[in-house]
Parts: sequence; C-alpha cells; structure tokens
Amino acid sequence: MTATPEKIPFEQWDAPEGEWTLPGRCPVRTNRTLLLEAATRFLFPTVLVFSVYLLIVGHYAPGGGFSGGLTAGLAFVLRYIAGGGSEGAEIGSRLRLRPPTLMGTGLLLAMVSAFAPVAFGQPVLTSAKVSFLGVEVVSSLLLDVGVYLLIIGVVLDLLRSLGSGIERDAADAADAGDAEGAAP
Amino acid sequence: MLALVVAHLVVAALLPLVSRRSRRAAFGAAAVLPAATLVWGLANLGVALGPGLSETHVWASALDLEFGFRLDALGVVMIVLVGGLGALILAYSAWYFGRDSRDAPRNAALLLAFAGAMLGLVLADDLLTLYLFWELTSIASFLLVGQGGLHRANRRAAVQALLVTVMGGLAMLLGIVIVGETAGTYRISALVAAPPAGGLAATGIVLVLVGALTKSAQFPFHPWLPGAMAAPTPVSAYLHAASMVKAGVVLVGRLSPAFADRGYWWLPIAVLGLVTMLVGGWRALHETDLKRLLAFGTVSQLGFLMVLFGSGDRIGEIAALTMLLAHGLFKAPLFMVVGIVDKVTGTREVGALSGLGRRLPGLAVAATLAAASMAGIPLLLGFLGKEAAFEAFVHDGNWTLAIGLLVGSTLTVAYSARFLWGAFATKPGVEQTEPTPAAPGLLAPTWIAALSGLVLGCVPPLVDALAQDYAAVYRAADAVEADYHLALWHGLSLPLLFSAVALLVGFGLHAQRARVTALHERLHHPLSAQRGYERTIGGIERFAVWVTGRVQAGSLPVYLAVLLLTVLVLPGIALVTGGTLPATVPAFGSLMQLPLGLVIVASAFALTRVRRRFTAVLLVGAIGYSIGGLFVVDGGPDLALAQFLVETLTMVAFVFVLRRLPAHFESDPRPRRGIELRKAVLAGVAGTFVAVAGVVLSGARQAPPAVSAEFVARSPEAGADNVIAAILVDFRALDTVGEITVLLIAAAGTASLVLATRFDRRDRAGGGSPEAEEEMLR
Repeated sequence: MTATPEKIPFEQWDAPEGEWTLPGRCPVRTNRTLLLEAATRFLFPTVLVFSVYLLIVGHYAPGGGFSGGLTAGLAFVLRYIAGGGSEGAEIGSRLRLRPPTLMGTGLLLAMVSAFAPVAFGQPVLTSAKVSFLGVEVVSSLLLDVGVYLLIIGVVLDLLRSLGSGIERDAADAADAGDAEGAAP
Repeated sequence: MLALVVAHLVVAALLPLVSRRSRRAAFGAAAVLPAATLVWGLANLGVALGPGLSETHVWASALDLEFGFRLDALGVVMIVLVGGLGALILAYSAWYFGRDSRDAPRNAALLLAFAGAMLGLVLADDLLTLYLFWELTSIASFLLVGQGGLHRANRRAAVQALLVTVMGGLAMLLGIVIVGETAGTYRISALVAAPPAGGLAATGIVLVLVGALTKSAQFPFHPWLPGAMAAPTPVSAYLHAASMVKAGVVLVGRLSPAFADRGYWWLPIAVLGLVTMLVGGWRALHETDLKRLLAFGTVSQLGFLMVLFGSGDRIGEIAALTMLLAHGLFKAPLFMVVGIVDKVTGTREVGALSGLGRRLPGLAVAATLAAASMAGIPLLLGFLGKEAAFEAFVHDGNWTLAIGLLVGSTLTVAYSARFLWGAFATKPGVEQTEPTPAAPGLLAPTWIAALSGLVLGCVPPLVDALAQDYAAVYRAADAVEADYHLALWHGLSLPLLFSAVALLVGFGLHAQRARVTALHERLHHPLSAQRGYERTIGGIERFAVWVTGRVQAGSLPVYLAVLLLTVLVLPGIALVTGGTLPATVPAFGSLMQLPLGLVIVASAFALTRVRRRFTAVLLVGAIGYSIGGLFVVDGGPDLALAQFLVETLTMVAFVFVLRRLPAHFESDPRPRRGIELRKAVLAGVAGTFVAVAGVVLSGARQAPPAVSAEFVARSPEAGADNVIAAILVDFRALDTVGEITVLLIAAAGTASLVLATRFDRRDRAGGGSPEAEEEMLR
C-alpha cells in the first residue's frame, strides 16, 4: 500500500483507487494499465501452451482436461481484463469461435470417444492404448480433450454474458434515449 | 441395420459440405441412402417373410443396454414408405426448393437425418432403442416445422408438435420401463411371445399407448398435425403423411399380438381411432386450404389405421398392413401435387384455383390416381385395404365398428372428391388460373408414387404375401378367416356393397357441399381440441407464474435461511440419532495446517465486519485459496490445482457481476434487532453444525474402502500413472460425461438468461429487429 498524504477515513480504507476492469468499448487513455497489457502480450500464449501441457500430463501427474481447460480459460480472462472486448466472439481471437460452438464441439468429442468402442464391438467408454509415432497414447485422452474444449467454452461464455454483456448493458443504459442505441 | 441407420446420420452431418457447392446436388446425394435402404429391404424380402432378420449390438454390457433390430413384414412395408418415398421426396425437394434457397441446405440434412431416425424406429426390436429413435424423429419434426424460426406460425406449430409428441413420449418411456421390468425383457419379440400380466403391467401398457396415440395424432391430441402444415410441403409429405405419424400406428401393430385381447388396449384404440376417423373426415370437408384438407384427411386415415391395427383380428390386421402401405402411396403424391400446384400458381386456396385440370392434365391424372386410391375405387391399393377392413368387422358381426368405418369411408370419398374439385375443377365465377410450367423433376416422383398404388392394386398377391406373413401370428377364428386373401373380386358380398354405398353417398355429400358446410357452420362447437390445447398450455403458464410468485420471494436472506434450515433439519437429525464422535480427535495433522487454518478463521471473522462488497469477495477468495493450501498439505495436488483455478475464476466472475451492484452492502437505516439476531443465530448454528458434522463424519470411516485400493491397483491398466486421471476418464468416465453435459446446459442456460433479458429490453425500446432475434438464437 502506498503512503498517501491525505488521511483516509477508517471506513474507506479498502476503497478502490481506480476502475476494477477496463471498459471494453473504448478504453480511455488514462484507464489503461500498460503494465498489464504488456505482460498479457507474452503471458497469454505462454499460459495457453501451459494449459495444453496440463491437459497431456494429466495421465501421469496433476492436471487433466478440467485443470487445463480452466487454465486456458483464465488466459482469455486475463486478456479480456487487459484489453477488454466488446463482443463475446472477439474474445476467442480472430478465429471467431463462438463459445456455444466450442462447448458443443467438446461434448461431441467426449461423446464420440465414449461411443467409438461400440464400433469395435466393445462396451461403451472402453479405453485402449494406441501407439502413435512411438508414443503410447491412451484413447481416453480424447475424452479429456473434449472436457478441455468444453471448459474453455464455458469460461468464454462467462466472459461473453457476464463480462461484455454487462458492459454492453452499461453502454446501452448510458445511451438510453439515443435513437440508434449501441449497434453490435 | 445399425450401420445403415448410422450411415444416414453421418451422411446428413456431412451434407452441408455438398450443399455449399450445389443445393440440388445435396438433395440428390441425400436421396441415395434411402434408395439404397429400399433396395436392401427388398433384397432381404425372403428372410423377412421367413424367420425375420435380427441384429443385436450390446453397447453397455454393465447396464444390459443394447441396440436390437429386426426386419419383418411390417418392417419391409415401413421401409418402402421411409426409404422408397423418402428417396422420391428428396428428389422432389431438389426442384421444390429454389436454386439459391437459404432453407434448402438445412432441410436436406434434416430430412436425411430424420430418414435415419425413422429407419431405426421401424426396425427397432428393443423398446429402449425404439424410444431413442422415437424422440429423435420428434426433434427432427420440431426443427423441420420450425424452419429458420423466423415466422411466428412456424414457431407455434413446431412447439405444439414438440410438446404434444414429447409429452406422449415421456409417458411412453415410463410405460416402457414398467412393461420392461415386469416382463423382464425389453425385446419386443420376446414380449409378444410372453406378455406380462397384472395391474402394474396394465398401467405400463396404457402409458405406452398414450405415446402411440399422441404420435399418430389421435383424438384429442390431433390438432398438432394440421398445425404442422406450416412446414414446407415436401416435409409435410414425408413426415406428416408418409412416415413419422405412422410411428404410433406401427407401435400398436407391433404390440397388438400380445395385448389385443385386453380391454384396456383395444377399447381406447377402437373408440379414439373411430372418433379420430370421423372428426378428421368431417373437418376435411370444410377446409379451403388444400394442404390442411389433406392434413385432416391424414388424421382421419390414421384413426382408421389405429382401429385396424388394434383389432387383433386376422382379416383386420391384413387390412391394416395393406392400408398402411396404401396410405403412404396415395397421401405422399397428393401432398406432392399440392406442392406443385402451390409452386406453379402461387396459391393452394380452393377458392382461388380454377381450370387447372385443363391446363395441367398430366398432374390432374396423377392426382386422380392417388385420390381414387384414397377413396377406395377398385383396381387401386386403397380398395383392397378398405374391402378387407369391411370384411373383418362384417364377418365378426361387429356392427358398431363396421358402420362407423362405413361412415368414415363415406367422408373419405367426399373429401377426396373435394380435393380434386378444389385443385383442378373449373369453377364458375373464378378467374382462370394461369400456371407456370412445372419442372419434370417435380412431376416424375409424383407419378412414380401414384402409379405404384395402381400397380400394387392390380396385382394383389404382392401385398398379400406381406400381409399374410404379418397377420400369421393372429389365430384365425374359422375357415373363412384362415382363407382370406386380398383380391380384386370376392364375389357379390356385403363389403362390396359397403364400398359402393361409401362411393355413392360420398359423391352425394360432395355434390351437396354447400349445404354440408352450412350445416357445419350452424353446429355449435363447444369442444375444440385446439382450444383445449391452448387452455392447457395457458393454465400451465399461469400456474408457473403463481408458483414462482409464491416461492421466489426475491430475498436472498430468505433463500439462504431455507437452505440452512433444510441442512439443519435433514442431515441434522441423522447426525444426532446416528452419529458418534470419534474416540480421539487430533488437534492437527501437520504443522502447516495451523497457519492456513488461522487465515481461514481470520478471514471468516473479517467477512462479517466488512461493508464493501469487493472486499468481501476478496476475503472469500482468501478462504478458498487457504483451503486449496490445505489440500496441498494433505497431499492432494490434483484437488488443490482445481481448487485454485476454480477459486480464481469465481473471483473474476464475482468482480464482473459486482460492477452492476452498489459498492457497499446496504445498511438498514433502521436496524431491526430481532431480525438481525435471528440471522446471526441461524448462521451460527448452521456453521457449528457443519463443523461438528465434519468431525463426526471423519470418524465414521474405519478403513480405506476396498474400491480405493482397486482403483490404485488397476490404474496402470487404464494407461494412467495418475490414479485421479484414471478415475476421471476411465473408471468413472460416465460420471465425467454426465458432469460436462450438466455444465454445458448450465452455461447455455445462464448465457441465454443474461442475453435474453438484454433482448427483451431492446424489444421494448423498439429496437427488436430480426437481426436481434438471430443474434439471440445463435
């Protein structure tokens, strides 16, 4: 805590000094934290790679699809907090993956991996070891990948609805009375 | 057979790749599989008529779940309708939808997916397999009726169809479980061989019947079917005439050998079927929209089929199978004719069409062939079926049903005539309709379907072989029944007289159509099934609002109090009566627990004193991270990792929401001591209870459960060194799949709630545009 010359009343000791998050639509110069933005630039890809590592290492050490997906999701959260994003779709980078699509893909992958054994005459959800380029891979990794994608989708959806959704609401409220409103 | 069904679904999923290049080619590609299904079905005709072709895939042996399929005579007939008519209608759709129609890609894929689901439904020999495909067809119907969701009429009709059929489907699922558990098998062939008895089984059977009645649009559930005419005409021709609405009838046909002699089975079928036939026929006489006229005709014919399939009489069942095939082969081309008329003239209103017969003679002949089969005119398949139906009830001396069917057939003749008159006749006082030329691609499928009715009608032994095989399970009461065969000429007999009377009176009714309609309008209609549906839905909505108003008080303290009281009362009683404190309670497990615990306690105390929401969230976060730290200390790194990540995300979510809330907790200007005290006592007691319960429950475990050791021992087998991972993705993978499904539903629900309120506000502000709606739907 930095020492401030003025005396803060006791009830106000925990009052924030600035905005908690940056408004997404048009960040005012003074409201930007360059430190966070610059850090996010190289933290974002690093965290994403780390999340993939967590996903794969899950079979041997702490990690797995759930943790990996949450880590990747937090990378997106970090980026959103640093730069904001007016639309949910833009958060998922320029691939323009919509969160529901991502969630659906994840669940589809999980279902495919669950039912694939039936095609080989095995009961549902059986897992098998497959040797792939000299590396032993367990088929249940596919289920974990499904979980990973689904969790990222859930986090992005959270950003879309609670993050930019509330921002848009605030913007709309500010524009109330304006004939055009905030066009998406 | 499973491969064939799955192939339909897979190709349907890949179809958008084709439709991106050419809409027409997509329909062409979609038509290949149904056609192949027809060829496969006919190639296996010999086996189907003999022992039948069975196939079983066990897919979850631990739960005794399997896909069971069987091809028999009824299956072959339904394959002709699903595969044969499916291929024709898909080919027809290629020319029906515009070259650049934006609806075409969706319809092509959905129609093919529906064909796959329907194929699975008609071949299923396992009740649970049947239920799966049953609901898939309902969903396909919902999507096909709803189309892009842009029109109110489509949405209403789609929702009504879905609510009615899925409500029936749920009743059926309950019934299936009851029947399956009492009989000890879900196999239809095994059930028919040894039908379950007793009151419980009877309840189950009636519930299954409810499903069949709703799906086949029987009175009083029928209004969804005319409503579903909001769908494009090829969809109506396929789903709501040829195949899907037959599902209920087919199910009755499959189960009748087991239950036809029981009163709770045949009585509702006979009564509701007959009423449906009469109501549908009567309503069809007054419709001015050709498509709705046909829809009420379908309702009527479904009632007819229901009566026949439920009869349990050998001749009746022969008639049932014949009429099932005949109805598909005449109703689908009739719908295709309406589609062509609609396309070339731009209208399908009876009052706006005139002189079309002279301008499009070829189309008129095809329509006449199909309508003649519907009316039961000799040489056509419909005649064979109707003749057999009359014989069945006349021979048994069941005059109520015989006369009822006669009246129903008379109405059928009258609305057949009305259809032809409405579409093709030259009407005085109406301007001549100028049609544009119809594409050959539209005419050819119509002709093929209409002609097949004539060919099969002229050669009775073809259908007779199928019908005899299907009816073989029913015991013949006497020699006449045993020797009955479909034929064009049975000699001068009472059924022939019935046919003649139906034709004559039917044409008479049509000639007097003005008076008949006037009579219809004079009659009061105190009971309307459609109004009944609307009142039911309205009542449910009002009830929901009432319950929400009572239960959702809108006060967070009240909700919390209810939750805490429940926790105190239910597990509390169990704890007091059954719990024992462990003999020794160690103060701490490892030294690191002490500081972590201290942080938790301090944060909890601080929480009760803070006035700023943001600070409260941070303190909750501190508690969460400390618990994560406890997990690390106790050797649960997986758990700790998940705890840290979830805690972080929760805090971010909190902060997002906090932007909408005041910075400070509201302090009551006039603090009421009593309420504050009560809150404090409740919170204190609940907290103490949780702490005590934690200690008591920790003493309940005497030794590590055997299953834990098994998990550890077997995890290398599952290919995982990390036992947690092995549990999550292998041993308890079903739980994982279930959990992520719940997560998806919750996330989708939350997002749509947050985004939907936003949409509402926009709508009130006058900014609700179709684009805004699309945004909501994606």
